Amino acid sequence: MSDLVKRNHWVIRVTHWVNVVAIVIMTGSGLRIFNAYPSFGRPGETFPLNPWEGQAIPAWLTFGGWLGGARHWHFAMMWLLLANAFVYLGFLFLHGEWRHIAPRRGDARDALEMIKFYLFVRRDHPHQGKHNALQKSAYFAMPVLGLIIVLSGLAIWKPITLGFITALFVNYKWARFIHFASMAVLLLLAVVHVFMVFAVDPYSLRSMVTGWYDRARSPEARNARPFYHLFGPGKQAPVRREDSQP
Amino acid sequence: MSLDRRRFLTISAATFSGTLLAACNKNPRGADKLLTLAESANESIERSIFRHDSMDRVPASAKVAGKDFPKYFISETVPMWDTAARGEWRLEVSGAVRRPVSLSLEALTKLPRVTQKVDHFCVEGWNARAVWSGVRVSDLARLVEPTADAQYVDFGGFDKGYHESWDMESAMHPATLVAYGMDGRMLSPAHGAPARVHSPVKLGYKNTKYLTRVVFMPARNGGYWSDQGYEWFAGT
Repeated sequence: MSDLVKRNHWVIRVTHWVNVVAIVIMTGSGLRIFNAYPSFGRPGETFPLNPWEGQAIPAWLTFGGWLGGARHWHFAMMWLLLANAFVYLGFLFLHGEWRHIAPRRGDARDALEMIKFYLFVRRDHPHQGKHNALQKSAYFAMPVLGLIIVLSGLAIWKPITLGFITALFVNYKWARFIHFASMAVLLLLAVVHVFMVFAVDPYSLRSMVTGWYDRARSPEARNARPFYHLFGPGKQAPVRREDSQP
Repeated sequence: MSLDRRRFLTISAATFSGTLLAACNKNPRGADKLLTLAESANESIERSIFRHDSMDRVPASAKVAGKDFPKYFISETVPMWDTAARGEWRLEVSGAVRRPVSLSLEALTKLPRVTQKVDHFCVEGWNARAVWSGVRVSDLARLVEPTADAQYVDFGGFDKGYHESWDMESAMHPATLVAYGMDGRMLSPAHGAPARVHSPVKLGYKNTKYLTRVVFMPARNGGYWSDQGYEWFAGT
Protein backbone atom coordinates (compact mmCIF):
# COMPACT_ATOMS: atom_id res chain seq x y z
CA MET A 1 0.00 0.00 0.00
CA SER A 2 1.38 3.38 -0.88
CA ASP A 3 0.07 6.88 -0.51
CA LEU A 4 1.98 9.03 -3.00
CA VAL A 5 1.91 12.80 -2.87
CA LYS A 6 3.88 15.40 -4.80
CA ARG A 7 5.81 16.85 -1.91
CA ASN A 8 8.49 19.20 -3.31
CA HIS A 9 7.96 21.66 -6.16
CA TRP A 10 10.74 21.65 -8.79
CA VAL A 11 11.87 25.10 -7.64
CA ILE A 12 12.52 23.68 -4.17
CA ARG A 13 14.35 20.65 -5.59
CA VAL A 14 16.56 22.64 -7.97
CA THR A 15 17.45 25.30 -5.37
CA HIS A 16 18.18 22.54 -2.82
CA TRP A 17 20.79 20.84 -5.02
CA VAL A 18 22.27 24.12 -6.29
CA ASN A 19 22.65 24.98 -2.60
CA VAL A 20 24.55 21.75 -1.95
CA VAL A 21 27.10 22.59 -4.67
CA ALA A 22 27.37 26.27 -3.75
CA ILE A 23 27.69 25.65 0.01
CA VAL A 24 30.32 22.93 -0.47
CA ILE A 25 32.43 25.32 -2.58
CA MET A 26 31.80 28.30 -0.27
CA THR A 27 32.73 26.45 2.93
CA GLY A 28 35.70 24.69 1.32
CA SER A 29 37.14 27.90 -0.11
CA GLY A 30 36.24 29.79 3.09
CA LEU A 31 38.22 27.30 5.17
CA ARG A 32 41.19 27.66 2.78
CA ILE A 33 41.02 31.45 3.23
CA PHE A 34 40.82 30.94 7.01
CA ASN A 35 43.96 28.76 6.91
CA ALA A 36 46.05 31.74 5.72
CA TYR A 37 45.58 33.13 9.26
CA PRO A 38 43.85 30.49 11.38
CA SER A 39 43.28 32.77 14.37
CA PHE A 40 40.67 35.33 15.33
CA GLY A 41 42.79 37.54 17.56
CA ARG A 42 44.83 40.24 15.87
CA PRO A 43 48.62 39.70 15.74
CA GLY A 44 49.85 39.81 19.34
CA GLU A 45 46.37 39.35 20.82
CA THR A 46 44.77 36.34 22.46
CA PHE A 47 41.24 35.19 21.63
CA PRO A 48 39.94 33.05 24.51
CA LEU A 49 36.64 32.22 22.72
CA ASN A 50 38.56 29.99 20.31
CA PRO A 51 40.35 27.13 22.09
CA TRP A 52 42.01 26.11 18.78
CA GLU A 53 43.55 29.51 18.06
CA GLY A 54 46.30 29.10 15.45
CA GLN A 55 45.14 25.61 14.46
CA ALA A 56 44.64 25.24 10.69
CA ILE A 57 41.85 23.20 9.08
CA PRO A 58 43.09 19.93 7.44
CA ALA A 59 43.89 20.70 3.80
CA TRP A 60 41.62 17.92 2.45
CA LEU A 61 38.61 19.77 3.85
CA THR A 62 39.52 22.91 1.93
CA PHE A 63 38.94 23.98 -1.64
CA GLY A 64 40.68 26.29 -4.10
CA GLY A 65 44.30 25.12 -3.65
CA TRP A 66 45.85 28.36 -2.38
CA LEU A 67 44.72 31.61 -0.76
CA GLY A 68 44.31 33.56 -4.02
CA GLY A 69 42.52 30.69 -5.76
CA ALA A 70 40.16 30.14 -2.83
CA ARG A 71 39.35 33.87 -2.75
CA HIS A 72 38.46 33.79 -6.46
CA TRP A 73 36.12 30.83 -5.90
CA HIS A 74 34.61 32.41 -2.79
CA PHE A 75 33.87 35.76 -4.47
CA ALA A 76 32.43 34.08 -7.59
CA MET A 77 30.32 31.39 -5.91
CA MET A 78 28.80 33.90 -3.46
CA TRP A 79 26.69 35.31 -6.30
CA LEU A 80 25.31 31.86 -7.18
CA LEU A 81 24.47 31.23 -3.52
CA LEU A 82 22.82 34.64 -3.18
CA ALA A 83 20.80 34.30 -6.41
CA ASN A 84 19.74 30.82 -5.33
CA ALA A 85 18.64 32.14 -1.94
CA PHE A 86 16.52 34.82 -3.61
CA VAL A 87 14.81 32.23 -5.84
CA TYR A 88 14.18 29.88 -2.89
CA LEU A 89 12.93 32.54 -0.45
CA GLY A 90 10.93 34.31 -3.18
CA PHE A 91 9.25 31.00 -4.02
CA LEU A 92 8.49 30.24 -0.35
CA PHE A 93 6.95 33.68 -0.02
CA LEU A 94 4.89 33.66 -3.24
CA HIS A 95 3.79 30.04 -2.89
CA GLY A 96 2.83 30.36 0.76
CA GLU A 97 5.23 27.56 1.70
CA TRP A 98 6.91 29.78 4.28
CA ARG A 99 4.14 28.49 6.54
CA HIS A 100 5.86 25.07 6.62
CA ILE A 101 8.93 26.51 8.34
CA ALA A 102 7.78 29.71 10.09
CA PRO A 103 7.91 29.32 13.87
CA ARG A 104 4.61 29.31 15.72
CA ARG A 105 3.34 28.81 19.23
CA GLY A 106 3.62 25.23 20.38
CA ASP A 107 6.81 24.52 18.40
CA ALA A 108 8.89 24.31 21.56
CA ARG A 109 6.49 21.83 23.14
CA ASP A 110 6.32 19.78 19.91
CA ALA A 111 10.10 19.78 19.65
CA LEU A 112 10.34 18.51 23.22
CA GLU A 113 7.90 15.71 22.35
CA MET A 114 10.10 14.73 19.37
CA ILE A 115 13.17 14.64 21.61
CA LYS A 116 11.28 12.47 24.13
CA PHE A 117 10.30 10.13 21.30
CA TYR A 118 13.88 9.86 20.02
CA LEU A 119 15.07 9.16 23.58
CA PHE A 120 12.48 6.37 24.03
CA VAL A 121 10.72 8.38 26.74
CA ARG A 122 7.66 8.51 24.53
CA ARG A 123 6.42 5.41 22.65
CA ASP A 124 4.62 6.88 19.64
CA HIS A 125 5.82 9.32 17.01
CA PRO A 126 4.17 12.70 17.64
CA HIS A 127 1.63 13.76 15.06
CA GLN A 128 3.15 16.16 12.53
CA GLY A 129 2.54 18.05 9.30
CA LYS A 130 5.06 18.17 6.45
CA HIS A 131 7.98 18.45 8.89
CA ASN A 132 8.34 17.54 12.54
CA ALA A 133 9.01 20.37 15.00
CA LEU A 134 12.78 19.71 15.12
CA GLN A 135 13.05 19.74 11.33
CA LYS A 136 10.97 22.88 11.13
CA SER A 137 13.23 24.74 13.55
CA ALA A 138 16.33 23.62 11.63
CA TYR A 139 14.87 24.63 8.25
CA PHE A 140 13.87 28.01 9.68
CA ALA A 141 17.28 28.54 11.30
CA MET A 142 19.12 27.88 8.02
CA PRO A 143 17.98 31.00 6.11
CA VAL A 144 18.40 33.08 9.28
CA LEU A 145 21.99 31.85 9.61
CA GLY A 146 22.37 32.47 5.87
CA LEU A 147 21.42 36.11 6.37
CA ILE A 148 23.96 36.50 9.21
CA ILE A 149 26.62 34.83 7.04
CA VAL A 150 25.91 37.12 4.06
CA LEU A 151 25.95 40.29 6.19
CA SER A 152 29.11 39.34 8.12
CA GLY A 153 30.69 38.30 4.82
CA LEU A 154 30.01 41.73 3.31
CA ALA A 155 31.38 43.22 6.55
CA ILE A 156 34.78 41.55 6.13
CA TRP A 157 34.91 41.85 2.32
CA LYS A 158 34.37 45.65 2.38
CA PRO A 159 35.17 46.86 5.93
CA ILE A 160 35.67 50.44 4.69
CA THR A 161 33.27 50.87 1.75
CA LEU A 162 30.52 48.97 3.62
CA GLY A 163 31.78 50.04 7.05
CA PHE A 164 28.21 50.55 8.30
CA ILE A 165 27.65 46.80 7.90
CA THR A 166 30.95 46.04 9.64
CA ALA A 167 29.78 48.27 12.52
CA LEU A 168 26.73 45.97 12.99
CA PHE A 169 29.22 43.31 14.10
CA VAL A 170 31.32 45.74 16.23
CA ASN A 171 34.40 45.63 13.98
CA TYR A 172 36.32 43.62 11.38
CA LYS A 173 37.74 41.14 13.89
CA TRP A 174 34.35 40.24 15.38
CA ALA A 175 32.63 40.17 11.98
CA ARG A 176 35.21 37.63 10.84
CA PHE A 177 34.59 35.51 13.93
CA ILE A 178 30.78 35.69 13.52
CA HIS A 179 31.14 34.82 9.81
CA PHE A 180 33.09 31.70 10.80
CA ALA A 181 30.92 30.72 13.79
CA SER A 182 27.61 31.06 11.92
CA MET A 183 29.09 28.99 9.07
CA ALA A 184 30.05 26.32 11.60
CA VAL A 185 26.51 26.21 13.03
CA LEU A 186 24.98 26.04 9.53
CA LEU A 187 27.37 23.24 8.60
CA LEU A 188 26.48 21.34 11.79
CA LEU A 189 22.76 21.62 10.95
CA ALA A 190 23.49 20.39 7.41
CA VAL A 191 25.45 17.39 8.72
CA VAL A 192 22.66 16.47 11.17
CA HIS A 193 20.15 16.93 8.32
CA VAL A 194 22.01 14.48 6.06
CA PHE A 195 22.42 12.03 8.96
CA MET A 196 18.70 12.12 9.71
CA VAL A 197 17.79 11.60 6.05
CA PHE A 198 19.66 8.29 6.05
CA ALA A 199 18.92 7.28 9.64
CA VAL A 200 15.22 8.15 9.84
CA ASP A 201 13.64 8.99 6.48
CA PRO A 202 15.55 7.68 3.45
CA TYR A 203 12.30 7.95 1.46
CA SER A 204 12.61 11.74 1.60
CA LEU A 205 15.59 11.48 -0.81
CA ARG A 206 13.13 10.54 -3.54
CA SER A 207 10.98 13.55 -2.72
CA MET A 208 14.00 15.84 -3.13
CA VAL A 209 14.82 14.29 -6.54
CA THR A 210 11.50 13.53 -8.25
CA GLY A 211 9.25 15.36 -5.83
CA TRP A 212 7.18 12.27 -4.98
CA TYR A 213 6.80 11.11 -1.38
CA ASP A 214 5.12 8.02 -0.04
CA ARG A 215 3.25 9.00 3.10
CA ALA A 216 2.60 5.37 3.95
CA ARG A 217 6.37 5.18 4.61
CA SER A 218 6.71 8.46 6.51
CA PRO A 219 8.58 8.32 9.84
CA GLU A 220 5.28 8.96 11.57
CA ALA A 221 3.65 5.98 9.77
CA ARG A 222 6.68 3.77 10.50
CA ASN A 223 7.06 5.10 14.05
CA ALA A 224 10.73 5.55 13.08
CA ARG A 225 13.57 6.71 15.30
CA PRO A 226 17.18 6.94 14.06
CA PHE A 227 17.92 3.38 12.75
CA TYR A 228 14.61 2.04 14.17
CA HIS A 229 11.90 0.84 11.72
CA LEU A 230 14.05 2.30 8.97
CA PHE A 231 12.49 0.41 6.06
CA GLY A 232 9.25 -1.22 5.08
CA PRO A 233 5.66 -0.08 4.91
CA GLY A 234 4.18 1.71 7.85
CA LYS A 235 1.99 -0.05 10.35
CA GLN A 236 -0.33 2.87 10.88
CA ALA A 237 -2.77 3.89 8.16
CA PRO A 238 -2.26 7.49 7.03
CA VAL A 239 -5.00 9.63 8.43
CA ARG A 240 -4.90 12.92 6.58
CA ARG A 241 -5.10 13.57 2.83
CA GLU A 242 -3.39 16.95 2.79
CA ASP A 243 0.36 17.07 3.15
CA SER A 244 0.57 20.33 5.02
CA GLN A 245 0.37 21.76 8.49
CA PRO A 246 -3.04 21.22 10.12
CA MET B 1 8.09 28.14 -17.31
CA SER B 2 9.51 24.74 -16.66
CA LEU B 3 12.92 23.18 -16.82
CA ASP B 4 12.68 19.89 -18.66
CA ARG B 5 14.29 16.88 -17.08
CA ARG B 6 17.02 16.30 -19.64
CA ARG B 7 18.20 19.88 -19.38
CA PHE B 8 18.13 19.69 -15.60
CA LEU B 9 20.22 16.51 -15.62
CA THR B 10 22.69 17.98 -18.11
CA ILE B 11 23.15 21.09 -16.02
CA SER B 12 23.53 19.11 -12.79
CA ALA B 13 26.04 16.74 -14.38
CA ALA B 14 28.04 19.64 -15.79
CA THR B 15 28.04 21.43 -12.44
CA PHE B 16 29.07 18.34 -10.52
CA SER B 17 31.85 17.31 -12.88
CA GLY B 18 33.07 20.91 -12.87
CA THR B 19 33.25 20.73 -9.10
CA LEU B 20 35.12 17.43 -9.13
CA LEU B 21 37.66 18.66 -11.67
CA ALA B 22 38.17 21.85 -9.75
CA ALA B 23 38.92 19.85 -6.63
CA CYS B 24 42.29 18.84 -8.10
CA ASN B 25 43.86 22.32 -7.65
CA LYS B 26 44.30 22.84 -11.38
CA ASN B 27 41.12 24.54 -12.55
CA PRO B 28 39.68 23.50 -15.92
CA ARG B 29 39.88 26.31 -18.47
CA GLY B 30 36.11 26.87 -18.28
CA ALA B 31 36.31 27.43 -14.52
CA ASP B 32 39.22 29.85 -14.89
CA LYS B 33 37.22 31.82 -17.45
CA LEU B 34 34.27 31.95 -15.08
CA LEU B 35 36.46 33.10 -12.19
CA THR B 36 38.07 35.82 -14.33
CA LEU B 37 34.62 36.98 -15.40
CA ALA B 38 33.45 37.08 -11.78
CA GLU B 39 36.57 39.02 -10.75
CA SER B 40 35.98 41.73 -13.36
CA ALA B 41 32.26 41.90 -12.51
CA ASN B 42 33.15 42.20 -8.82
CA GLU B 43 35.69 44.93 -9.62
CA SER B 44 33.09 47.08 -11.39
CA ILE B 45 30.68 46.64 -8.47
CA GLU B 46 33.43 47.46 -5.96
CA ARG B 47 34.51 50.56 -7.89
CA SER B 48 30.93 51.78 -8.26
CA ILE B 49 30.27 51.65 -4.50
CA PHE B 50 33.67 53.16 -3.57
CA ARG B 51 33.29 56.53 -1.78
CA HIS B 52 35.88 59.05 -0.60
CA ASP B 53 33.82 59.67 2.53
CA SER B 54 33.87 56.00 3.62
CA MET B 55 36.47 56.19 6.36
CA ASP B 56 38.00 53.70 8.75
CA ARG B 57 36.64 54.56 12.17
CA VAL B 58 39.14 53.13 14.65
CA PRO B 59 38.23 54.21 18.21
CA ALA B 60 40.67 56.74 19.69
CA SER B 61 41.16 54.39 22.66
CA ALA B 62 42.11 51.39 20.45
CA LYS B 63 45.55 49.91 21.11
CA VAL B 64 48.11 49.91 18.31
CA ALA B 65 49.83 46.64 17.36
CA GLY B 66 53.28 48.14 18.04
CA LYS B 67 56.00 45.48 18.00
CA ASP B 68 53.41 42.86 17.00
CA PHE B 69 52.72 44.62 13.69
CA PRO B 70 53.87 41.99 11.15
CA LYS B 71 56.90 42.88 9.06
CA TYR B 72 57.02 41.95 5.41
CA PHE B 73 59.31 42.34 2.39
CA ILE B 74 60.29 40.17 -0.58
CA SER B 75 64.08 40.60 -0.37
CA GLU B 76 66.10 38.04 1.61
CA THR B 77 67.05 40.65 4.19
CA VAL B 78 65.44 43.85 5.42
CA PRO B 79 65.79 46.28 2.50
CA MET B 80 67.87 49.33 3.49
CA TRP B 81 68.52 52.37 1.33
CA ASP B 82 72.29 52.50 0.75
CA THR B 83 73.10 56.22 0.64
CA ALA B 84 76.80 55.57 -0.09
CA ALA B 85 76.02 53.56 -3.23
CA ARG B 86 72.81 55.18 -4.44
CA GLY B 87 73.01 58.74 -3.16
CA GLU B 88 70.32 60.46 -1.20
CA TRP B 89 66.91 58.72 -1.18
CA ARG B 90 64.35 60.60 -3.25
CA LEU B 91 60.72 60.08 -4.14
CA GLU B 92 60.04 60.57 -7.86
CA VAL B 93 56.47 61.62 -8.64
CA SER B 94 56.08 61.51 -12.39
CA GLY B 95 54.34 59.98 -15.41
CA ALA B 96 51.23 61.54 -16.96
CA VAL B 97 51.72 64.79 -15.05
CA ARG B 98 52.44 68.43 -15.95
CA ARG B 99 55.07 69.11 -13.28
CA PRO B 100 56.99 65.97 -12.21
CA VAL B 101 58.86 66.36 -8.92
CA SER B 102 61.65 64.60 -7.12
CA LEU B 103 61.34 64.99 -3.34
CA SER B 104 63.94 64.44 -0.63
CA LEU B 105 62.67 63.01 2.67
CA GLU B 106 63.07 66.46 4.18
CA ALA B 107 60.96 68.02 1.40
CA LEU B 108 58.34 65.30 1.87
CA THR B 109 58.04 65.97 5.59
CA LYS B 110 57.51 69.68 4.88
CA LEU B 111 54.36 68.97 2.86
CA PRO B 112 50.98 69.05 4.68
CA ARG B 113 51.10 66.20 7.21
CA VAL B 114 48.23 63.86 8.05
CA THR B 115 48.30 61.61 11.13
CA GLN B 116 45.71 58.86 11.40
CA LYS B 117 45.07 55.72 13.46
CA VAL B 118 43.74 53.17 10.99
CA ASP B 119 43.54 49.46 10.27
CA HIS B 120 45.88 47.55 8.04
CA PHE B 121 43.91 44.72 6.38
CA CYS B 122 46.04 41.82 5.24
CA VAL B 123 44.80 39.44 2.52
CA GLU B 124 45.55 36.62 4.98
CA GLY B 125 42.69 37.76 7.21
CA TRP B 126 44.33 39.66 10.07
CA ASN B 127 44.11 43.35 10.74
CA ALA B 128 46.48 45.50 12.79
CA ARG B 129 46.26 49.08 14.00
CA ALA B 130 48.95 51.74 13.84
CA VAL B 131 49.19 55.52 13.80
CA TRP B 132 50.52 56.57 10.41
CA SER B 133 51.94 59.99 9.53
CA GLY B 134 52.57 61.19 6.04
CA VAL B 135 51.40 63.07 2.98
CA ARG B 136 48.14 62.34 1.20
CA VAL B 137 48.71 60.97 -2.31
CA SER B 138 45.99 63.43 -3.38
CA ASP B 139 48.20 66.27 -2.08
CA LEU B 140 51.12 64.93 -4.11
CA ALA B 141 48.79 64.87 -7.13
CA ARG B 142 47.94 68.54 -6.56
CA LEU B 143 51.65 69.23 -6.64
CA VAL B 144 52.36 67.45 -9.94
CA GLU B 145 49.02 68.10 -11.72
CA PRO B 146 48.12 64.80 -13.44
CA THR B 147 46.86 65.11 -17.02
CA ALA B 148 43.45 63.83 -18.14
CA ASP B 149 45.19 60.60 -19.25
CA ALA B 150 46.12 59.69 -15.69
CA GLN B 151 43.70 56.92 -14.71
CA TYR B 152 46.02 54.72 -12.64
CA VAL B 153 48.91 55.18 -10.24
CA ASP B 154 51.83 52.79 -9.91
CA PHE B 155 53.69 52.66 -6.58
CA GLY B 156 57.17 51.17 -6.91
CA GLY B 157 60.03 50.71 -4.48
CA PHE B 158 63.51 49.34 -3.87
CA ASP B 159 62.44 46.01 -2.32
CA LYS B 160 63.62 44.08 -5.41
CA GLY B 161 61.04 44.87 -8.13
CA TYR B 162 58.04 45.27 -5.83
CA HIS B 163 55.31 47.53 -7.16
CA GLU B 164 51.51 47.63 -7.25
CA SER B 165 49.29 49.80 -9.45
CA TRP B 166 46.09 51.38 -8.17
CA ASP B 167 42.93 52.85 -9.63
CA MET B 168 42.94 56.66 -9.41
CA GLU B 169 39.87 56.83 -7.09
CA SER B 170 41.50 54.69 -4.39
CA ALA B 171 44.83 56.52 -4.69
CA MET B 172 43.02 59.86 -4.25
CA HIS B 173 41.12 58.67 -1.14
CA PRO B 174 41.91 61.03 1.77
CA ALA B 175 43.18 58.10 3.88
CA THR B 176 45.74 57.03 1.25
CA LEU B 177 49.15 58.28 2.39
CA VAL B 178 52.78 58.22 1.50
CA ALA B 179 53.69 57.52 5.12
CA TYR B 180 57.07 58.24 6.73
CA GLY B 181 55.99 57.98 10.36
CA MET B 182 54.54 55.11 12.40
CA ASP B 183 53.29 55.26 15.99
CA GLY B 184 54.88 58.68 16.51
CA ARG B 185 58.38 57.72 15.27
CA MET B 186 60.04 57.82 11.88
CA LEU B 187 59.29 54.65 9.91
CA SER B 188 61.69 51.77 10.71
CA PRO B 189 63.39 49.71 7.97
CA ALA B 190 61.20 46.70 8.87
CA HIS B 191 58.07 48.68 8.02
CA GLY B 192 59.24 50.30 4.79
CA ALA B 193 61.64 53.18 5.64
CA PRO B 194 62.12 55.83 4.52
CA ALA B 195 58.56 56.00 3.13
CA ARG B 196 55.77 53.66 2.07
CA VAL B 197 52.19 53.69 0.86
CA HIS B 198 49.62 53.16 3.59
CA SER B 199 45.86 53.10 3.25
CA PRO B 200 43.03 51.21 4.90
CA VAL B 201 41.12 51.21 1.57
CA LYS B 202 43.32 48.50 0.01
CA LEU B 203 44.60 45.14 1.23
CA GLY B 204 48.14 45.16 2.61
CA TYR B 205 49.86 43.88 -0.53
CA LYS B 206 48.74 46.98 -2.47
CA ASN B 207 50.55 49.20 0.09
CA THR B 208 54.04 49.29 -1.44
CA LYS B 209 56.86 49.68 1.11
CA TYR B 210 60.38 51.13 0.53
CA LEU B 211 58.75 53.55 -1.90
CA THR B 212 60.82 55.39 -4.52
CA ARG B 213 58.36 56.25 -7.28
CA VAL B 214 54.77 57.28 -7.76
CA VAL B 215 53.90 57.13 -11.46
CA PHE B 216 50.61 58.40 -12.87
CA MET B 217 49.60 56.28 -15.86
CA PRO B 218 46.91 55.97 -18.54
CA ALA B 219 46.76 52.16 -18.08
CA ARG B 220 47.23 49.77 -15.18
CA ASN B 221 50.39 47.70 -15.04
CA GLY B 222 49.54 44.97 -12.55
CA GLY B 223 51.79 44.46 -9.57
CA TYR B 224 53.97 42.02 -7.68
CA TRP B 225 51.13 40.02 -6.10
CA SER B 226 48.44 40.91 -8.66
CA ASP B 227 50.60 39.29 -11.35
CA GLN B 228 50.72 36.09 -9.28
CA GLY B 229 46.96 35.64 -9.22
CA TYR B 230 45.72 37.77 -6.31
CA GLU B 231 42.97 40.29 -7.19
CA TRP B 232 44.34 43.43 -8.75
CA PHE B 233 41.68 45.70 -7.23
CA ALA B 234 41.91 44.35 -3.65
CA GLY B 235 39.78 47.13 -2.17
CA THR B 236 38.40 46.96 1.35
